[in-house]
Amino acid sequence: MIRVFIVEDHELFASGIKTELGEDFEVVGHAGTVKEAVDGVLGTEPDVVLLDVHLPDGSGASAAESVLAEREDVRFLALSVSDAAEDVIAVIRAGARGYVTKSISPAELADAIRRVHEGDAVFSPRLAGFVLDAFSGAGSSGDPELDQLTPREREVLRYIARGYSYKEIASELSISGRTVESHVSAVLRKLQLTSRYELSRWATERRLD
Amino acid sequence: MIAGVAGGLAERLRVDAVVLRLAFVVLALAGGAGVVAYLGLFLVMGWPKPDAEPDPAPVAGARRALSVALVVGGILLLCREAGLWFGDEIVWPAALAVLGSAVIWTRGDGAHRARWLRRVPMGEVLEGRGARVRAIVGVGLFALGAWALMSATDLFDNAPLAVAAVLLGLAVIAGPWVWRLVRQVADERRERIRQEERAEMAAHLHDSVLQTLALIQRADEPGEMVALARGQERELRTWLYGKTASVPGSLSAALDEVAAEVETAHRTRVEVVMVGDCEVDDGVRALVHACREAMVNAARHSGTRGVSVYVEVEDDQVTAFVRDQGVGFSRAGIPADRHGIAESIERRMERNGGVAVIESEPGQGTEVALRIPRSRA
Repeated sequence: MIRVFIVEDHELFASGIKTELGEDFEVVGHAGTVKEAVDGVLGTEPDVVLLDVHLPDGSGASAAESVLAEREDVRFLALSVSDAAEDVIAVIRAGARGYVTKSISPAELADAIRRVHEGDAVFSPRLAGFVLDAFSGAGSSGDPELDQLTPREREVLRYIARGYSYKEIASELSISGRTVESHVSAVLRKLQLTSRYELSRWATERRLD
Repeated sequence: MIAGVAGGLAERLRVDAVVLRLAFVVLALAGGAGVVAYLGLFLVMGWPKPDAEPDPAPVAGARRALSVALVVGGILLLCREAGLWFGDEIVWPAALAVLGSAVIWTRGDGAHRARWLRRVPMGEVLEGRGARVRAIVGVGLFALGAWALMSATDLFDNAPLAVAAVLLGLAVIAGPWVWRLVRQVADERRERIRQEERAEMAAHLHDSVLQTLALIQRADEPGEMVALARGQERELRTWLYGKTASVPGSLSAALDEVAAEVETAHRTRVEVVMVGDCEVDDGVRALVHACREAMVNAARHSGTRGVSVYVEVEDDQVTAFVRDQGVGFSRAGIPADRHGIAESIERRMERNGGVAVIESEPGQGTEVALRIPRSRA
């Protein structure tokens, strides 16, 4: 059984998730602040942490960073109502393996947790859109140092943004599901490694629009 | 009072701001030293924060005021030695008069002072035993100073100058009171604005969130509840983050509007993902209309409760995909008199130089792909 830790400051929402997950997952703990989250996760050693992007005493990103500095094998899935691209990208860059919105259905959430646990990246259509936006903005600078997305990765992201599942993408592109997974994981890695400068410039431009 | 220097300094030194203001006035008489000091301090301190609250508590009593007086006296003597001086017959009486004013307008204990800052009718200055003594001593000193000044400078012989001197004297006596009154009015105004904001927020929440919560409790169907909650979420987001989300007249704003409309009218979920943005011209407008038609079709006929919309703006074109994972359809099965797809989507795009491709199979969902070239500005 996958051991899950919930980091979420809204009690009602946290207990809702706990109930939904009850059957197939073991919820080993729950925290409402960054500090509690770091202590709790390091103490209970869960497989997957569901991480709210905004917490009363800081960001989900800082919680993920602190935990990953101690233990690299904890997997984070960001869960948020936030629509701000900067927040979402920040938590991914901090090490989260995926991002889903809080309006996700219980079945989809369970599926996303399983996939993150297996080491895959979970991209919602919204996250795919943010990433395409981020890399198209950064690409226009013509910086050769910048890790660009390959045309294939871009294609996969576009399908995700259009609402296709990995399986559907695999059949559209006539490739295996594993290949789709590896493209998405590569995008995640590039997102985490791309220079902070390029992405923060992108974030600034977005706000000025 | 002018640039907040005395107020800021008062807070730092825990002395009454009025005492410091008067100190600057006296020093100004000493060959303008006060003016120079004021400007110098202003350069160091900068403008005060506009909504910084005055802090009435940390003001110690007469001892600190006395020490300020001694410092000022010392500086005056220094200025006199250094030749920065308008003359004994002007500065000393003026200093005396200002000292009188300071005695009237300073107060020792904090509790008294807190009340004093809230409401300052002129009469209250004279209330209480200590205050009355203070007022008498102050007016006495002031009168002595004024008399000395006028007799020393032959002002009695010059009627207009004498009147001016009297007015100036009244200003020194009543000045702090007027200042506090002005400040009190400003405080009240600030408080009123704050209350208005709160009232506006309450009114908005009452008209939107509270009504919706009431409706949700009465709704029988889960679908209806979801639609209500969804609509409310959208509205509240717009209200909270409003103008920053999307620029009016932009493609993203137009799409958000259309998606909201379809969600409300058809009780469905429309998830819009956008990459890039642009202004709405004729071609883009056609694309938005075609998108809307595709969303409505998906909401009506797909049998699912979710529509994915993806729009990407590139340098030379705008592409849009409207997708559902519902029942799908075959083109042959649609009666010829139904104009929805052919007219509203395909022809509309063609008229504007674009393309529409509709892919669907029974049981496989539907995707409408739209592409329009961007006109170069």
